Amino acid sequence: MTPETIFYAIGMPLIGVFLGLFYKGIDRRVSARMTSRIGPPIRQPFWDVGKLLLKETVVPANAVKWIFNAMPVLALASSMTLLLYIPFGIIKAPLEGYGDLVVILYLLTLQALAMAIGGFASGSPFSSVGAQREMVLMMSYEMPFAIVITGFALIYKSFSLSTIASTPVWTIVGPLGGLGVFLLLIAFLWVTPAELAKLPFDIAEAETEIAEGMLAEYSGRNLALFYLSDAVRGFAMIAIEVVLFIPFTLSYLFGLNLSGPMLYIAEGLWFLFKVLLFYVSAVTLVRTSFARFRIEQASKLFWVYVNIIALLGLLLIWVEVM
Amino acid sequence: MAKTTYYVPIGPIHPALKEPIRVEAEVEGEKIVKVDVKRGFAHRGIEYMGMKRNAIQTLYLSERICGICSISHPYAFVIGSEKALGIEAPPRAQYIRSIIAELERIHSHILWLGVIAHEIGFDSLLFWTWKGREKVLDILEAITGNRINYSMYMIGGVRRDLKESHIRALKDMITYYWEFTEHMKEVFLSDPVYEARTRGVAQVSKDVALKLNLVGPVARAAGLRMDIRQDIPYDAYADIDVKAVVPQDIVGEARGDAYDVTMVRIYEIEQSLDIIEYCIDNLPEGRILAIPNYIALLNKIKKTEGEGIGAHEAPRGEVIHYFRYDGTRDGPAVWKVVAPSYNNINSWAYCLLGAEVADIPVVVGYIDPCMCCNDRIAVVKDSTGKMLDYSYIHKRAIEKTRMLEKELGVRR
Repeated sequence: MTPETIFYAIGMPLIGVFLGLFYKGIDRRVSARMTSRIGPPIRQPFWDVGKLLLKETVVPANAVKWIFNAMPVLALASSMTLLLYIPFGIIKAPLEGYGDLVVILYLLTLQALAMAIGGFASGSPFSSVGAQREMVLMMSYEMPFAIVITGFALIYKSFSLSTIASTPVWTIVGPLGGLGVFLLLIAFLWVTPAELAKLPFDIAEAETEIAEGMLAEYSGRNLALFYLSDAVRGFAMIAIEVVLFIPFTLSYLFGLNLSGPMLYIAEGLWFLFKVLLFYVSAVTLVRTSFARFRIEQASKLFWVYVNIIALLGLLLIWVEVM
Repeated sequence: MAKTTYYVPIGPIHPALKEPIRVEAEVEGEKIVKVDVKRGFAHRGIEYMGMKRNAIQTLYLSERICGICSISHPYAFVIGSEKALGIEAPPRAQYIRSIIAELERIHSHILWLGVIAHEIGFDSLLFWTWKGREKVLDILEAITGNRINYSMYMIGGVRRDLKESHIRALKDMITYYWEFTEHMKEVFLSDPVYEARTRGVAQVSKDVALKLNLVGPVARAAGLRMDIRQDIPYDAYADIDVKAVVPQDIVGEARGDAYDVTMVRIYEIEQSLDIIEYCIDNLPEGRILAIPNYIALLNKIKKTEGEGIGAHEAPRGEVIHYFRYDGTRDGPAVWKVVAPSYNNINSWAYCLLGAEVADIPVVVGYIDPCMCCNDRIAVVKDSTGKMLDYSYIHKRAIEKTRMLEKELGVRR
């Protein structure tokens, strides 16, 4: 038990929760401003979680109790673990060397799976329909996501995220490969809202259709854990995108010569700023300007169009590498 | 593997519904294989109340039947009453009544567009449309003093006059809404996602629409040229040649799905703007009440024997009020209200069968349902299928009270 381990075990989740909720607050605020409303204060998600933690946790009579209560914990644990694999600016990822992009893919899937299993276990018809939709959606968007990761592995000959973060992808590919990476970026932008269960792909939690779907029966502490895992997952997913597609550091862009703690602070803030930009453009903008798809429409979109875009990108990269 | 069916109860309380109604669906995966619609959760006995009050009180009561198209019931009421009494409103009052009715149509249609956008998960559009709707509500407030329940109509005229400043404001509003509807056509009718969610959903053919007795924009979207303002003209509509808005005239074919209903409603807003423009340009001078003294009016009603039917094309379809005055009291002896949602809800069972769970909100929302308009009578049956009548329910109520008294130790 080194002090470092203790910091990662206690500090990282706290930082992750703070950042996730903070970005969620900004997202809500910006979305409200875009729809000509005033919107909630940025600290609203914190209040939401605090209030949910104070509420009574109700377990439905016909639910499978232990699964129902275990799934929120599993979801939050997997999203916290996800944070430990992400290089934060120029700071190395804490669990670097113990896993790579494939593990990240698995952890992201695990959360959606936990939600779906929790939905099945709650024994309400709405939750069952929602969980079925979540499974169908998961099968649809995992494929393009996997293709994107394969493309990066082709370029770097490695799945390690730190290797990818150390050199920006745009500097080592030629024009053909550059186009391929751009196509991968487009496919990944399509995957992002589905992965985060945001509009236009919040089909599994459609409020007007199936009354919040999988979360219909959840309340109190369990719902707070799901809420937190959702917030952390949002931050982590966007952070992965930033690491993959715009890993340019501050010193690389502006030629600054910083050293010591100043360097780390500046780079950390720069990373957070990049995440904010990506968050607003990939989640908030899309969320406020689309209607919800039907499940078969979303499936078709991912299986046909997004897959074609991603495979085309992969093909171009493969041609370049070969 | 055998397919399992889920029983999905929707309502009486559900996020997709603003008012109580129950839809019981058997769902096989995403498909609905069995559906049953139950209504009767909002029965308030308004007709019965109206037969116990005088005519003017009942007029204000009729305004409370529906919250959104609150002018349509009084409109049908005053027309029916005037026919029964044999009086006629002055021409200026008739024109003002038509202006108010068309303003209400604009606000109701914009409200519906926002609601349907919310049902398919397009919340930004909901906020945007409702922001645009504020303009017409402000005008209504300036003219009548209220935003929703205007209390403007009176048997034989209207209670408030239009002034020069109102007419100027109306002209501003008309130019504003011409722009606004252009935007709405862009946002709704040429949006691929909106089209994907509403094309082919809740599709009703012409024959089925006739069989199911559909009315209003839903029937017009199916291609039926029916509109009370065209078929039985009244007030200012008699001077204007109002034509029913049907998709055949706009795009050449009528499919009768939710997308066509959207189109019909957007074009009806433009039609309403035209009607308002005509009315304020040709507004006659003169009085606004046939019988300004309400006591005299009530006395006339008390002496009158007769019956009348008033019909008005509300934003959702035709509203019909039937009256009989029997010459013994100053209110209607018989008052019967037929509201459009009563007919339109018949289409739910037809549309939902074979549809998907994701289409439920669209099917429920596309007729712009108003549950409070359509609960006439509640038939309660116990588990054996025996109908529970008034005396039985009364007896049970007394028994329950006795039981409570015994439990609490209260003595009368």
